[in-house]
Amino acid sequence: MAKIIVVTSGKGGVGKTTSAAAIATGLALRGNKTVVIDFDVGLRNLDLIMGCERRVVYDLVNVIQGEAGLKQAMIRDKRSENLHILPASQTRDKDALTLEGVEKVLMDLSEEFDYIICDSPAGIERGAQLALYFADEAVVVTNPEVSSVRDSDRILGLLSSKSRRAEQGREPIKEHLLVTRYNPNRVDDGDMLNLDDIREILAIDLVGLIPESEAVLRASNQGVPVIHDDKSDAGQAYADTVSRLMGEDVPLRFQSVQKRGLIARMFGGGGRR
Amino acid sequence: MRLLDFLKGERKKSASVAKERLQIIVAHQRGHRGQPDYMPMLEQELLAVIRRYVKVDQDAINISLDSDNDCSVLELNVTLPNEGEAAKS
Ligand SMILES: Nc1ncnc2c1ncn2[C@@H]1O[C@H](COP(=O)(O)OP(=O)(O)OP(=O)(O)O)[C@@H](O)[C@H]1O
Ligand SMILES: [Mg+2]
Repeated sequence: MAKIIVVTSGKGGVGKTTSAAAIATGLALRGNKTVVIDFDVGLRNLDLIMGCERRVVYDLVNVIQGEAGLKQAMIRDKRSENLHILPASQTRDKDALTLEGVEKVLMDLSEEFDYIICDSPAGIERGAQLALYFADEAVVVTNPEVSSVRDSDRILGLLSSKSRRAEQGREPIKEHLLVTRYNPNRVDDGDMLNLDDIREILAIDLVGLIPESEAVLRASNQGVPVIHDDKSDAGQAYADTVSRLMGEDVPLRFQSVQKRGLIARMFGGGGRR
Repeated sequence: MRLLDFLKGERKKSASVAKERLQIIVAHQRGHRGQPDYMPMLEQELLAVIRRYVKVDQDAINISLDSDNDCSVLELNVTLPNEGEAAKS
């Protein structure tokens, strides 16, 4: 049985697709059979971030409507044979997905894979609800910014009431906080919410902290998930995140400014990088 | 940083304003969690009825549903404006 993990946020553009691609790739690199599904029907992006846009033939909607089989629609990643991508449709609208159809796809994939990563669309409407409905765990992607934190809290409300686990009264979805686009410089200046404040407000376990990083744009330009860039801060931060998802206890990095000024050094003590 | 701010008598940092606002918003959102889907509509309609008689603010109304084993209580709290203001409306 696969573990189903939804990457969700409420607010758009906070880094769900970037994170879903990095996490799926990281899990596969660690030897897990992994499939990552784009639920953003009509506005697919995951194929670009994964660098497989030219190999898309069929998509999730085709599979659900019986126009193609799962095997035909799934794309094998060029770099890792453990990793498959199931793209979203570019032309249909969100109503093309049905709860029963999604359930069937997830059940079939469950037999073959260790992890199923669902890249949710933005919002709290139907598309986002379908992406999270069957999840066992959720990665709630949050930026250090008021509207993102508020929307994350709304998503937490959905996870605990509008999911299959909630409706069946089973053990609740395991919720993980992933803070992305964190800028320690601005935190130090008092102009960005700090990690502890976000954790205190949302009150769920932290699974990772991804700094604002130039490596992310570079990675998406090239269609290579940023976790492959193991020299970069964001790549390393995602690798740590994957370890934590797999149950390992790794120390938190990238929380404070790496180079510190004279005054900060005198008063602030030695910071971790 | 902190010491410097202290010496300069710095204004409140924007991040701490953000935190305070979020704490209030999230507490409010969580208060509504797990309630029936009709509650927001009910709240709006009750507010509209009350506003026909008294001038109250959007957030002057607060409803909640508490359920015990065999009975549910719908609690409605409305903060009315003081005498002088109410008479004007
Ligand atoms: N850690 C980061 N550092 C710098 N830029 C980032 C970071 N994470 C994401 N971005 C940038 O933010 C933008 C949005 O990212 P992404 O597409 O992953 O968000 P999303 O939540 O999937 O968006 P949508 O809601 O539209 O699906 C992209 O341009 C991406 O390059
Ligand atoms: Mg996306």
